[in-house]
Amino acid sequence: MRDFRDYLALDRLPHMWCAGCGHGIVLGALARAFSDLDLDPSQIVVVTGIGCWGKADDYLRTNALHGTHGRALAFATGVKGARPSLQVVALMGDGDGVTIGGNHLIHAARRNLSITGLMVNNYNYGMTGGQYSATTPYGGLTTTSREGCPEEAFDTCALVAAAGAALVARTSAYQPAQLRALLRQALTTPGFSFVEVASTCPTYFGRFNQAPGPAEQLKDVAASVGSPGIVAKRQVDDFHARYWRIHGKGDEHER
Amino acid sequence: MPILMQGNAAIAEGALRAGVSFYAGYPITPSSEVAEIMARRLPGQGGIYLQMEDELASMAAIIGASLAGARSLTATSGPGFSLMQENLGMAVMAEVPCVIVNVQRSGPSTGLATRPGQGDIMQARWGRHGDAPIIALCPSSVQDCFDQTVRAFILAEKFRCPVVLMPDQVVAHLSEGLELPGEVTRSERSRPTCSPAEYQPFAAPPGEIPPLAEYGSPYVFHVTSSMHDETGFSRSDPETARKKNLHLHRKLHDRVEDIAEVRYYGPDRPGVLVVAYGITARAARAAVQGDEDAGVLELATLWPLHERRLAEVAGSARLVLVPEMNLGQMVHEMRRIVRHCPVHGLHRADGEPIEPEEIARAIRDSGGEAR
Ligand SMILES: Cc1ncc(C[n+]2csc(CCOP(=O)(O)OP(=O)(O)O)c2C)c(N)n1
Ligand code: SF4
Repeated sequence: MRDFRDYLALDRLPHMWCAGCGHGIVLGALARAFSDLDLDPSQIVVVTGIGCWGKADDYLRTNALHGTHGRALAFATGVKGARPSLQVVALMGDGDGVTIGGNHLIHAARRNLSITGLMVNNYNYGMTGGQYSATTPYGGLTTTSREGCPEEAFDTCALVAAAGAALVARTSAYQPAQLRALLRQALTTPGFSFVEVASTCPTYFGRFNQAPGPAEQLKDVAASVGSPGIVAKRQVDDFHARYWRIHGKGDEHER
Repeated sequence: MPILMQGNAAIAEGALRAGVSFYAGYPITPSSEVAEIMARRLPGQGGIYLQMEDELASMAAIIGASLAGARSLTATSGPGFSLMQENLGMAVMAEVPCVIVNVQRSGPSTGLATRPGQGDIMQARWGRHGDAPIIALCPSSVQDCFDQTVRAFILAEKFRCPVVLMPDQVVAHLSEGLELPGEVTRSERSRPTCSPAEYQPFAAPPGEIPPLAEYGSPYVFHVTSSMHDETGFSRSDPETARKKNLHLHRKLHDRVEDIAEVRYYGPDRPGVLVVAYGITARAARAAVQGDEDAGVLELATLWPLHERRLAEVAGSARLVLVPEMNLGQMVHEMRRIVRHCPVHGLHRADGEPIEPEEIARAIRDSGGEAR
């Protein structure tokens, strides 16, 4: 049985995230979910976007593809499309995942390749200095909405569920044990699985909008999630199963 | 026995024979035949055809597929090629072999969607931020479409970089004879031979190409669009950046002789040299037919440019003429390379190919310079 540390590039520590940032908690839960399933690191490909959360691959000892901002799922589609036996995980921030990358997100859900999307939602663009994203709530204070965000936020889970994903779940960085369990389930679900983690950016969004201090902010984001857990679940045949059935080679290509 | 085939079909045929197993694309005129043939033929060969949501995704997907070990391909035209630029830069940075077909149509923007152009020459070279050098090939016949597609896959693996094939719409939609070879030489990836623990995806002696593993093999590896060292992990000190950027440049430019193909047709010491590419090179050859003083130099490879050879062939010329279906792109390169005589452009950007007679007239009209 592998230990969660076997998936982490411990020699790369300390990480670049601010003190109190929620990203480390999510990374820990992901490494633990890998070890719970005893996944072989050589068969895992972690695809990341650009952002603070997108730096997560720097601390992993799996295969990694750090692509461009918003396109993690598109790169992941190529990896998984070409080699379906791989365990492919796409790590995205809310900027990455549902703002610049929103088109890829709905199409990944519709297409249902067996990829797991893990989106950390800290309600703003951390890396570029705390501007608003498509998940910043109406009225949210950010460095580009000093008087409040004039736009409405996406309900990302509802969006992904409507687009046809096999599994959609939501929790927060305040509940790492539940996150770990949901990730285990996502990693073993055929078709596209999506986990949204509400998390903290104490340097920007938290400081402008939430309780003082990272620990209190974690409670704030947990409260904002409402009822965490599975949001939607559908029995789907994944892309490759459908592809080979259509092309009359159902059995040959069962993998 | 040659068979009658269209340029786009020859590209698809070349890719299939070269062993392509993954295609991701978004349809666009005048390249869509490539997608249609891939969709029809790939499943029968055990390959995957994916119709992506846009060209950003198409480019990303062929990079991902290549890293997973597939020979991967996409095809597009001007507007889609513009959307691919950011991820093309990613393929340059992460040194990912893949092949991109850009069937050139007349721009700018949506432009004349069904008409030919040669306006993407500089976009192919400089369309990305940073220096981001790539290889770009330019076929001028249906046979060339097939042959250069096969070659594109070989160059992509050999130099670990994206290769762009740039037919213009005339060549891509032209139907003419194609001699299909019995067998084609397939690209080979240079895979690591060290132990998995020792493998560094970007480590190679200066000027050499590091071996590339594939996801799912025992070689676990990182690639990133960020600046990185030999290990593939991001690193941003000036020395790392200097070495990486020089490597990306030098791996192509120091080996231009192995990459760039230039074709010369004409007398030993031409007084007039017409430098052209794509369908325009064929018009140029027709234009100088029977002219004992004029030759045509066809750029079958656009980037990197074989500057030494160009200067050599142009050495005897009193005039260099560069006809192209744009308002002046390659002509500026020729002016940089050829300093001893005038370099004239002959430009047309109205969606019509340049006729042989226009080139012949330009040679005649240059009067004193040419004769
Ligand atoms: C094409 C492109 N546009 C903009 C950027 C600048 N940029 C980098 S990260 C980022 C947002 C990151 O926010 P998010 O995805 O929410 O992750 P976080 O930093 O909050 O973890 C932006 C806008 C970029 N790198 N590329
Ligand atoms: S800026 Fe925000 S998201 Fe980025 S590391 Fe700091 S706290 Fe985390």
